[in-house]
Amino acid sequence: MDTSALSAIRPALFERPSFTVGDRVRVSKRAPIGHYRVPIYLRGIAGSIVRVIEPAFVDNEEEGYGRNAGNKRHYYRVAFAMPDLWPDYAGSPNDELQIEIIETWLEQI
Amino acid sequence: MSSDPHSHGHGHSHYHDAHEAIVSDDAPGYYEIMETAVRELLIAKGLITANDIRHQIEVLDSRTPALGAAVVARAWTDPAFKGRLLENGRAGCEEMGISFYDDTQLIVLENTESVHNLIVCTLCSCYPRPVLGLPPDWYKLKPYRARAVIEPRKVLAEFGTIIPDDVEVRVSDSTAVIRYLVLPRRPAGTEGCTEEQLAALVTRDAMIGVIPVTLNDGAAQ
Repeated sequence: MDTSALSAIRPALFERPSFTVGDRVRVSKRAPIGHYRVPIYLRGIAGSIVRVIEPAFVDNEEEGYGRNAGNKRHYYRVAFAMPDLWPDYAGSPNDELQIEIIETWLEQI
Repeated sequence: MSSDPHSHGHGHSHYHDAHEAIVSDDAPGYYEIMETAVRELLIAKGLITANDIRHQIEVLDSRTPALGAAVVARAWTDPAFKGRLLENGRAGCEEMGISFYDDTQLIVLENTESVHNLIVCTLCSCYPRPVLGLPPDWYKLKPYRARAVIEPRKVLAEFGTIIPDDVEVRVSDSTAVIRYLVLPRRPAGTEGCTEEQLAALVTRDAMIGVIPVTLNDGAAQ
């Protein structure tokens, strides 16, 4: 078999995760009308990818409207430093919040 | 109680315990009426049956913190299992026969000397139901949901849990497709315990992360 055919496979758009562990990302600050799973307190905040969740999942925000075909994207576990979320945070500066966020909400820094 | 002037006289000639009969006198709320209407419509259209609903309630009722406790005890006693569980929480639970009836995945968060995990769902009440059953009421109420992410150490202190400053508090907010289960630290003094004895020590609240597992609390003596 011609192995060059295998190496020439092109993945579909968004088939592969756009981010890897360690990437710095910012949560999009947009506030559209609809069903959203990204809490308001995270919008515009920078964090780090700590885990790529495999496989890709249906976009819950689309699924909320009954649209669940062909819209799988990767979710990531993203870590945020508590003092970045809450300027007056009273606990240890090492405290973290971790959450899973779908790719459509993350911007590369 | 029978002396209650508002007694409705449904023919209750006795009462079992020292509590009021549980009756709902409140008019149903908007969402309750909507749920009833949608349910009756789905049944009338033949899309689901009343038996399907009863069956699903039985599925939920069969899920209790005892399942999560068994998973934790296995992880404490079987390092290879613990490795697989931390790698893929859902697969680890399924290996023990705990099925997942939905598309959620599970990440098991290990408490260590340097990290204490706490679980919340700020948007609603996402909870690892396949392994813990229904969440406690406080988990669903807004004060816990808001404060767990803003001031987790204060919330933990209110549960009697003081986390030293050199230990990181790591809050996991479950909002989409992943559910979380805390793997608490195994208490000292349990070296000789069997897996069953260990499971009896593990409480629901410890698997949410609001308290540690201790020897003198929750033990089945």
